[in-house]
Amino acid sequence: MSIVVDRLSHTYHPNTPLETRALRDITFELQRGAWMSVVGHTGSGKSTLVQHLNGLLIPQSGSVVVDGMEVREKSPHLRAVRRKVGLVFQYPEQQLFAESVLEEVAFAPRNWGVPEAEIPGLVQSSLALVGLDGQYLERSPFHLSGGEKRKVAIASVLASAPEYLVLDEPTAGLDSFSRKELVDLLTALKEKGYGILLVTHDLDIALQASDAILILNRGEQVVRDTPRRVIEHLRGDHIPGLSLPDIVTLSAELHDRTGTVPVTWDWRVLAQAIGEMKR
Amino acid sequence: MPSHTVCELRDVSFTYPGAAAERGTKVRPALSGITLSIKDGEWVALLGSNGSGKSTLAKHMNALLVPTQGDCIVYGMSTSDADHVPAIRNAVAMVFQNPENQIVGTTVEEDTAFGPENQGLPPGDIARRVNDALAATGLREKRQSPVYTLSGGEKQRLAVAGALALDSSCLVLDEPTAMLDPQGRAQLLAVLAELHRGGKTLVSITHRLEEIIHCDRAIVLVRGTVAWEGAVPELFQSTEALREWGIFIPPLAALWKDLHARGITPLPSVPSLPEMVQALCP
Repeated sequence: MSIVVDRLSHTYHPNTPLETRALRDITFELQRGAWMSVVGHTGSGKSTLVQHLNGLLIPQSGSVVVDGMEVREKSPHLRAVRRKVGLVFQYPEQQLFAESVLEEVAFAPRNWGVPEAEIPGLVQSSLALVGLDGQYLERSPFHLSGGEKRKVAIASVLASAPEYLVLDEPTAGLDSFSRKELVDLLTALKEKGYGILLVTHDLDIALQASDAILILNRGEQVVRDTPRRVIEHLRGDHIPGLSLPDIVTLSAELHDRTGTVPVTWDWRVLAQAIGEMKR
Repeated sequence: MPSHTVCELRDVSFTYPGAAAERGTKVRPALSGITLSIKDGEWVALLGSNGSGKSTLAKHMNALLVPTQGDCIVYGMSTSDADHVPAIRNAVAMVFQNPENQIVGTTVEEDTAFGPENQGLPPGDIARRVNDALAATGLREKRQSPVYTLSGGEKQRLAVAGALALDSSCLVLDEPTAMLDPQGRAQLLAVLAELHRGGKTLVSITHRLEEIIHCDRAIVLVRGTVAWEGAVPELFQSTEALREWGIFIPPLAALWKDLHARGITPLPSVPSLPEMVQALCP
């Protein structure tokens, strides 16, 4: 079971003076239980790609197939695809609207026609997945902290029982503590079998948490590989808008010189290795 | 001297009205007992974790919110006096976190012109302001583009351009780099540094310590109170306190402090990356 994207291309406003090519020949597969991150400069096509994954945009050329169902105009499967692929937009807390967390999270499953008797249980289990307990049910979503609002927004997507979660810059504006919490949450969801696709500027998170990284540059796929290979690629080849975290660059330099220091994004691991090297 | 003070908060507390308060539940104030002042031409960084009150404080600086208790004086005018509000908003421009919520025009040029048009300027002045603002934010080539064709980062720069076009003497920016890639972030910081050199008063809100190196002063908020105030280099030394306040310490700095604490390196201050490689592996 997977999302298969094959030679996907997209041009905005074709045959007009505003014609802009946003994506060209993007190809990848995202399995359930795997985490792929998409990184690239602003305007590289990340958000355009995301909108193709649940049929908000229909491929102009190439294809998007979700668990065997192709995303195309008038497809009888479009509804099923939208339910399978949960989309968490940029600043999801801006889409909160209900008076209580309960009503907020219940909104989508009610729209899908889930019987009313099942709603409370579904809401509770969706909140539990993001680490919020029953005491949040009656609270106003607007009076939660930034990190909690994001969790409620993610819970309301999870309540539709998707198989894949696609998140567009979910860590923007979060402090380091909430960011780490969110990364841990997504890792736990991945381990439960959700396919995770994370769009981010934060190469740091992409490197430490994902199984694969896809780098976009001006709508083209520059590289798609494991974090380790992506580090090698980025050391050799500069891509606009992307730079390796300093700690990775430092560890890679020391690795080249010593052969013993590992290439890492964790300063504690690096500090340990330097300590051993100096002893 | 009132003319040298842009904004002064005297024992300001603020509690959001809302459902919980209506039901009589005790709500923690978003700000409590804040006293601070911002001087003309200063670049001040406002730091703190999510929910510490940074955005609430920022909204006091142009009278979007007024204190529940205490006084907020901007250029000598109290924000609680409704008659002063238009003058305060002309003097202090604000860039919010999410650019989607502050774009009003249909093209980049129109959106940028919205503020100066509302100020009732002659067309020639509007054109000049728009030109300058678009040049400063690197959006000149996009001036005719419909706003919906912009990427997230371009929208964020457009929001900054809109505020610049107001030509206010003070600019308050709430996480203006949140959606930018590292390059876009560096570009915007360069724009701010340039404005600072030109004498504009700047208040920037951020989570990222590496973005405040050019600031004159930092103020750290913790649960609605001022926990620390002082010069930026001193803040960088307070590693333990920063961690406690939920502020991100650049990993390279954390590594260096750790190596120094364990006696592996004699240098207390954090060197540049190439210097670090040299020092560790000569």
